[in-house]
Amino acid sequence: MDPKEQSRLVELARESRILILNMLTKAGSGHTGGSLSVVEILAYLYFHKMRLRPSEPSWPDRDRLVLSKGHAAPALYTMLAMRGFIPKDVLFRLRRVDGSLQGHPDMLRTPGVDASTGSLGQGLSIACGMALGLRLSSSDSKVYAILGDGEIQEGQIWEAAMSAAHYKLKNLVAFIDANQLQIDGRVQDVMNVEPIAAKWESFGWNVQEIDGHDFAQIDEAIAAAEARDGDKPNMIVARTTKGKGVSFIEGKVGFHGVTPNMDELRAAMKELGGSVLLEGKS
Amino acid sequence: MGLGEFCQDRKLVGLRDVYVETLIELAKDNADIVVLDADLSSSTRTGRFAKEYPDRFFNMGISEQDMIGTAAGLALVGKIPFASTFAIFEAGRAWEQIRLSLCLNRLPVKLVASHGGLTVGEDGPTHHCTEDIALMRVLPNMTVVLPMDANEMRGVIRKSLSLDGPLYVRGSRENLPVVNPPDMDFEFGKGRTLRQGNDIAIIACGLMVDFSLQASKMLETEGIGARVINMSTIKPLDKEIVIGAARETGLIMTVEEHSITGGLGSAVCETLCESSPVPVKRMGTMDRFAVSGSPCRLLDLYGLTPKAIAENARALYRDYRG
Repeated sequence: MDPKEQSRLVELARESRILILNMLTKAGSGHTGGSLSVVEILAYLYFHKMRLRPSEPSWPDRDRLVLSKGHAAPALYTMLAMRGFIPKDVLFRLRRVDGSLQGHPDMLRTPGVDASTGSLGQGLSIACGMALGLRLSSSDSKVYAILGDGEIQEGQIWEAAMSAAHYKLKNLVAFIDANQLQIDGRVQDVMNVEPIAAKWESFGWNVQEIDGHDFAQIDEAIAAAEARDGDKPNMIVARTTKGKGVSFIEGKVGFHGVTPNMDELRAAMKELGGSVLLEGKS
Repeated sequence: MGLGEFCQDRKLVGLRDVYVETLIELAKDNADIVVLDADLSSSTRTGRFAKEYPDRFFNMGISEQDMIGTAAGLALVGKIPFASTFAIFEAGRAWEQIRLSLCLNRLPVKLVASHGGLTVGEDGPTHHCTEDIALMRVLPNMTVVLPMDANEMRGVIRKSLSLDGPLYVRGSRENLPVVNPPDMDFEFGKGRTLRQGNDIAIIACGLMVDFSLQASKMLETEGIGARVINMSTIKPLDKEIVIGAARETGLIMTVEEHSITGGLGSAVCETLCESSPVPVKRMGTMDRFAVSGSPCRLLDLYGLTPKAIAENARALYRDYRG
């Protein structure tokens, strides 16, 4: 990847994290850790990879994204705002009845959201249906899905893992944001999902394992997926850090569904070189 | 097997057969129609569609939740998916997928379930489905329909293409007696009075409409005028026809091949309580599981026969008018 492009994406990721933390503190509830871990994957897709028209959110020839780990909605919303699908000030009415941004993505309320998600386990099936339908229409649009590592404990994920391979959905690229933590603790303690890569390989997917915070590695993995012959669906297991970008949030189970208070937000902004955008909680 | 003893010398036609015949017809002019099944395509008859249009049929294997999600994804890219399996697996196993992936997104996916009710018969309570109306009608944006015969099923499937939002249609394993004309013009949300009467009104759905018509004829010989309403659309409920029947007859009975909890009877009571309360007798499978048996014996055992409907209507009439 061109170093200039890479530093542009790094800067966009930083901007996204500043917005995520501000909007979550303002909202007073929401999922901090899992939003911060998925920022690079989303920034890569929204600013480098996906074919989109922010002025025409339902453009039929666009690429699709299903954020199956819907609780990372704040991260998605920052991308939609930064990319021009929604105005930025909407971000600060997250989770409020006078705002349009729901706690989890809602396609009928937020332009740019391709499918409502939030109840874990459902997004991959939806992405498979999209990939199947696009192929049937001879469209060259791509479908991306982002799953959590805790999320793959859901049985429906493995039903979809089977059907994607059975129907040879090579126009589908899925990521697992493997941040190793879920609400009740470490994934390996709550319900071990490892070896993740071997599981997906055995289900008939092309699997790559990367550092999910490294744009160059994300880029190489996508390029490799596209260059491959054959007709397998693609899985990119992205090893990530929950709460990435803020030292006292990184790797903390306690920040799964908890938002920073004002003091924590100020400290986080110091680390990220950002500023507190709105004083007070509401 | 079969409903012969309750429908002597009648023409019986399978709802599932007509469903798929109609789909095959519609698919000729509509390239967006696709069909999904979960390993029951011989029972639901969608296998016939698969033969005609192999590229537009997707067998998802025994995975109903993935089938619903896949149907949602297909709808999101402009396809018109019909997804079929047995009623209990469709409405029961995949309920939360239907709630989020279909109803919250208001997607025009058509769930056409076969093998609803008690008349699944010998397979027993694991495969009977007497809870689906309750499960489906509680979901916002959902339309719930139980056609009473093959001709109504044809109308439902034809009209479904112009319906906005998700649809649940419950069919039956058994071939059902044909009452409606072949060119019946079905309309969502409209009940139909099939037999007049001003002493009592019987509101029914599915097979129970025909049985109620038979009961009404028995009651007529005793001088009791029992109106019969085909309430094939349970959601949205035709409140006008329910309230009209209550005002004109003063006595309501509901009959369904479903639990009396949460189904047609409950929907009718909810409407009447708020506007024109009158005595209501609900007939259904009561709050219990059934057992294995032939359809006719089960209908006997659970009191869902023309004779039992007439007896209940007579008792209700005598309690209040006798």
